[in-house]
Amino acid sequence: MKLSIPSSSRKAVLLFALMLGALALVGVFQSWNLMLAILNLCLISAIMALGVNLQWGYAGLFNAGIMGFAALGGLAAMLVSKAPIMGAWQAGGFGVLLGVIIWIMSGILAYLIWLRFKGRRRYWYVIIIAGAGYILSRFVLDPAILRIESFEPASSGYLGGAGLPVLLSWGVGGILAGCVAFIIGKITLGLRSDYLAIATLGISEIVIFMFKNEDWLTRGVKNVTGIPRPVPYEIDLQSTIWFQDITDSVGMNVMQASSLFVKLCYTSLFLGVLLMLLWLCERALNSPWGRMMRAIRDNETAASAMGKNVTSRHLQIFVIGSAIVGIAGAMLVTLDGQFNPSIYHPLRFTFLIWVMVVVGGSGNNFGAILGGFIVWFFWIEAETIGNMLVYIITLPLSEGSALKEHFLSTAPQLRLLIMGLVLLLFLRFSPRGLIPERISNKA
Amino acid sequence: MTFFEGIGMHAGYGASMILNGCSISVDKGQIAVIVGPNGAGKSTAMKALFGMLPLREGSVFSDGRDITQLRPEQRVLLGMGYVPQTNNVFPSMTVLENLEMGGFVRRDDLSQTISEIFDLFPILKTKQNQAAGELSGGQRQQVAVARAMMTKPNILMLDEPTAGVSPIVMDELFDRIIDIANTGVAILMVEQNAKQALQIADIGYVLVQGENKFKGAGTALLNNPEVRQAFLGG
Amino acid sequence: MIDILNAITLLANYIIVPSLAYGSQLALGALGITLVYAVLRFSNFAHGEMMSFGTMISIFTIWLFQSAGISIHPLPTALLAIPVSIMITIMLLLILDRTVFRYYQAQRVQPVTFMIVSVGVMFFLAGLIRFFIGTSKKNFADGERFIIKASEFKQITGLAEGVSIRTTQAITVIVTLVLVTAVFWFLNKTRTGKSMRAFSDNEDLALLSGIKPERVIIITWMLVGALAAVAGTLYGLDKGYKPFVYLQLVLPIFAAAIIGGVGNPIGAVIGGYVIAFSEAFITFAYKRFFTYLLPEEWAPEGLVQMLSTEYKFAVSFVLLVIVLLVRPTGLFRGKTL
Repeated sequence: MKLSIPSSSRKAVLLFALMLGALALVGVFQSWNLMLAILNLCLISAIMALGVNLQWGYAGLFNAGIMGFAALGGLAAMLVSKAPIMGAWQAGGFGVLLGVIIWIMSGILAYLIWLRFKGRRRYWYVIIIAGAGYILSRFVLDPAILRIESFEPASSGYLGGAGLPVLLSWGVGGILAGCVAFIIGKITLGLRSDYLAIATLGISEIVIFMFKNEDWLTRGVKNVTGIPRPVPYEIDLQSTIWFQDITDSVGMNVMQASSLFVKLCYTSLFLGVLLMLLWLCERALNSPWGRMMRAIRDNETAASAMGKNVTSRHLQIFVIGSAIVGIAGAMLVTLDGQFNPSIYHPLRFTFLIWVMVVVGGSGNNFGAILGGFIVWFFWIEAETIGNMLVYIITLPLSEGSALKEHFLSTAPQLRLLIMGLVLLLFLRFSPRGLIPERISNKA
Repeated sequence: MTFFEGIGMHAGYGASMILNGCSISVDKGQIAVIVGPNGAGKSTAMKALFGMLPLREGSVFSDGRDITQLRPEQRVLLGMGYVPQTNNVFPSMTVLENLEMGGFVRRDDLSQTISEIFDLFPILKTKQNQAAGELSGGQRQQVAVARAMMTKPNILMLDEPTAGVSPIVMDELFDRIIDIANTGVAILMVEQNAKQALQIADIGYVLVQGENKFKGAGTALLNNPEVRQAFLGG
Repeated sequence: MIDILNAITLLANYIIVPSLAYGSQLALGALGITLVYAVLRFSNFAHGEMMSFGTMISIFTIWLFQSAGISIHPLPTALLAIPVSIMITIMLLLILDRTVFRYYQAQRVQPVTFMIVSVGVMFFLAGLIRFFIGTSKKNFADGERFIIKASEFKQITGLAEGVSIRTTQAITVIVTLVLVTAVFWFLNKTRTGKSMRAFSDNEDLALLSGIKPERVIIITWMLVGALAAVAGTLYGLDKGYKPFVYLQLVLPIFAAAIIGGVGNPIGAVIGGYVIAFSEAFITFAYKRFFTYLLPEEWAPEGLVQMLSTEYKFAVSFVLLVIVLLVRPTGLFRGKTL
């Protein structure tokens, strides 16, 4: 395995060291538990940033719907790991399956029609078939869904999952996100660049709407909790003899130690995934495929004149990047142990990732990772900074005045403003980010 | 001193020099035609003369005034009109609106000039409320020329006005250009159809690698065996 | 016969009237986006937040007027506030142009960079707005609530169904009509408006014709600011102001602009109504409608709803996708002004 950090980027090494130092400070002065909690999310953010960097940094594609792909990954984590709910399956499983079969059949039929006919007519045929398939499926789906949702609604009310190991879901999440990305990319790539952005923005909103409303699948806003872990539970550890022995010998509180140990397990898992993806991305970047990608990004016209199929290359990278975001999304839900569609805000899951890529250095994988770390770290800290700022600004206002109360209550919103400002400032004054793309001297 | 001239022009893009000291001049009422092989810098010379490309050396004079440092829109105010080779109309706007935009810098009443232009290009009068983008290639070129005429220029520069139009339309366009020259306008144009263009030219320039290779009256160049051999296909 | 009238009244009440109002709001929004696209050549993701900003200013102004006891009852105070909101929103956009957008304009960056910049502006504005006005829902419609109530309508006509028209809906439609007419008059009849169209059509030739780009861009932002302030205020007046909603509103607005052909103002306006009516038609529960029209034994059991109301944003997305597949240039050939 060759992870070559270029000798020229001493700055990169320094920045990473500083970042780790900052984390260590949190560990020393606040708590190691908090530090690991931040670190774990830093790692997940870094993976998302890596995926987006593939799309933006390598190919110049604007994905405005990162949130949707992360949520799809999260859904996969839930669907793969939760045990199936037999009662719900008996109540409406058949109906749902039938409905899905109708969808698939009408999809295949529409595709065949598409191939068979030419010209404008075929659009109408396809639309009619899709519409008819949808209406037909509603006849079987509606009652089935109703039965599923009324099966023990307080505790389940949904179909449950496949009951498989949750680690499997990381891959499944990637595939699921990749499939959706394929459809979106197929439609919009090759058209004007804004269409991809608008379509991804749209699909991400719709995915979240769906997760909030299709209770039979996701339990909606009632959340699915208790997603099985890939790592031991604190309670189990605390009652394990060897663990007690170890903590005794180090002289630590068992409760704290177990919590630290669990977080460390996650950290090592996440770090493993990050390093593997990083290695793959670096390999890709330095392969002919990666050079081609950058050539296309830098001069699309010239590349297509050289006979390169720009659109299909873009589709490849868009799918891969989205799949990586999906993997990270599945990891996040695994870490949280619950699937809650309400946590997905475009700000946290789309915009923040963008800031990470731009700040870190688009076109450079190490930059994206660094960006993921720094921006997440400051996102957590920005709340404190924002509160402090508001506290200072409102000092002249009299204690207990309505205006002061108001601003203190809306202070968390300043994070948004600060992040917007950071993005704008970087775009303007340091568009290549903290660790700029390495310009190959072969060019 | 001629009415309009560029002297010893050097210009280029980045490291590559396109113009290497060519000089072009034209007097009022005259038609000057620049011909030459592909890549000789014909269009670049036009851009340099109009201020769309900065000169590294040399200067441009109009009516005895040094205008080398003026921006294109300032040259428009001085009475220069320019018709680009492509994208030379506002496609979604009507013919009439194209003319109005051509006279944008003028604050006085445009109707007099518009009716003069309609006299010169009768077909445009009948199509005045049609979008310029919907017209045929030749008609569109007429709109392009007419647009540039709206400022009542005394120098009109045309970059390959007959590119992509049929021979009949080309003849008609050349007739119009002669009409315009007869009103006392200095006309400078770049042409691919070298033979036909030189026939109507008072002066012809043969440009090679950004330098003047030959210069002379249009018919003289046409009869020059060397020019015929090298540039006019025998 | 009476059943048919009842069915039509039902549709009028639940589809036609609300969609006319909502469509007007979308039309104004899409017109703003399309103007930015046509002149500045990028998709302005911040447009939703610009609308939100205008609405916030309107609300502050209304509070000011209300505390000063100024009102134009029975009309809502918002009508008085709109001019103030327009002015301040225009000021904001001109400041943004000067501090943010102009730099990239001069660099002639790729549209995709512009898009990211507009996303940065969008979140900056979102933070600013929420900091000042908070995140809770605010209703600021005062004055007479209804022009005609459903019960009055029933009394007058003797039908079982009624049509109610809220004051805000009527105001929305009228203001939109006036504003859209004014914008089209400006674009087609004035010298400055024509120069904007020329600049949009062919930037280089516009420069050659002596049209000053700075001026065109400033005028564009002014128009966009006015449109955004009015569209946002009307939407908030009609449905209540929630800062979060304007982020989601970007999707139907973009869909409207693209369906009409990006950069084509007439298309944008029509696109707005297409989206609004499609949303209403597809998420409407037709049970009562069919109960009127069909013989009793055929009366439907379920709601007969094609898509539940939660998915109304999905409608604009699906329409968008269909247009992209079938006719990417939009219904009216995009990219001109």
